[in-house]
Amino acid sequence: MKEKRLLVVFAGAVFGLTGVLLVRLGNPPNMGVCIACFLRDIAGSLGLHRTTIVQYMRPEIPGLVLGAFAAALAAREFRAVGGSATFTRFILGMTAMLGMLAFLGCPLRALLRLAGGDLNALLGLAGLFAGVSAGAFFISRGFTLGRAAPQKKFHGYVFPALFLVFLVLSTLRPPLLFFSKEGPGSLHAPFFISLGAGILLGILAQRSRLCTIGGIRDFLLFRDAHLLYGFLALFGTALLANLALGSFKPGFADQPVAHSDGLWNFLGMSLAGWCSALLGGCPLRQLVAAGEGNTDCAATVLGLLFGAALAHSLGFAASAKGVPAGAQAAVIFGFLVVFLISVLNSNLLTIFAKKKGDLDVQGN
Amino acid sequence: MSREIDARGLLCPEPVLLTRRELAKMTSGTLRVRVNTAAAKENVTRLAESMGWEVETASEGDEFVLTLHRPEKKS
Repeated sequence: MKEKRLLVVFAGAVFGLTGVLLVRLGNPPNMGVCIACFLRDIAGSLGLHRTTIVQYMRPEIPGLVLGAFAAALAAREFRAVGGSATFTRFILGMTAMLGMLAFLGCPLRALLRLAGGDLNALLGLAGLFAGVSAGAFFISRGFTLGRAAPQKKFHGYVFPALFLVFLVLSTLRPPLLFFSKEGPGSLHAPFFISLGAGILLGILAQRSRLCTIGGIRDFLLFRDAHLLYGFLALFGTALLANLALGSFKPGFADQPVAHSDGLWNFLGMSLAGWCSALLGGCPLRQLVAAGEGNTDCAATVLGLLFGAALAHSLGFAASAKGVPAGAQAAVIFGFLVVFLISVLNSNLLTIFAKKKGDLDVQGN
Repeated sequence: MSREIDARGLLCPEPVLLTRRELAKMTSGTLRVRVNTAAAKENVTRLAESMGWEVETASEGDEFVLTLHRPEKKS
């Protein structure tokens, strides 16, 4: 098991270093790798929202998916499965994204932001712990979305194929897609570097099972720090790289692509952490698992994409200016959704159901 | 007595939780855990080993069967 520990630490370190280097090479500040931001940019590029400053067909995401797909095939770990509350997972993905866009980043970016000196991320990370704790509370009380069943291999190939199409679109840049001319969407590393980084990170994430949510969850549930080592290696390496390159700028005010509304940084990430804990992993892990053939996780990724489109179309997304009332309402509504999903799929209601005699709350 | 857990099709952390719940009831013996993802195989193995159980892994088609074993303590 020692080599597994080394692998997860190595993967975390490579993520941290790549996250800083991609910014150096052109990606938006403290956004070297951010699954939430990049899916939002892809949603924008596809015209699913029209916020003109966040539209770009980020090659890192197809790279991640295809890297994970290739690694799973090579290791004979590719399994086409599905049927575990697929649509509920879509909704949880959407809800998680509303939280992440109130904070402005996924758990990976929360670490990268803090490593760049953005102290607002401390509140986001505190929220992430609180949200994963809520999820773990229900998981330890029997929460389940049910079993996935094996499917024909073909169905597992559909998701990587979709992202291969996105990759081709990213290469050809056809005029029907949207590409930002200013703002974060216009900032990107050279195409082949972004793609290569995505593939490398996809392979490493698949082999190491790196997952930010899993790190916190396993520590809370089992006192197992295995994945947490990857989480810490990511942060430590990014911090050292930022210090070495002079890009560590500590403070709360005027941080890049961030706001300093502490309450909503906390609540946004709490919502994202809670949803992700119920989903079995962070957005990165969902992308990787979908690349490994899990069609439920593929639906979750589409939920994330849909959440980003919705947030930017209806004004539910925060920006550097702050968190608009719509985003606050969306996060509160998101908490209601995740609470109901948690309660109705755990055995907290079992005693009540037994009295009624005929209810099955296990969800299988 | 040998017991068996079917954790196929479950995402983390459910296979680990099911295994831990079963191991908590046992002081020795054999528990077989059937999983179908490599991540679940690794996570269950890590848990069992940390609780002092020996783990043997066998592949059966697309599935893995983990045999967790702890001999009876002689007092």
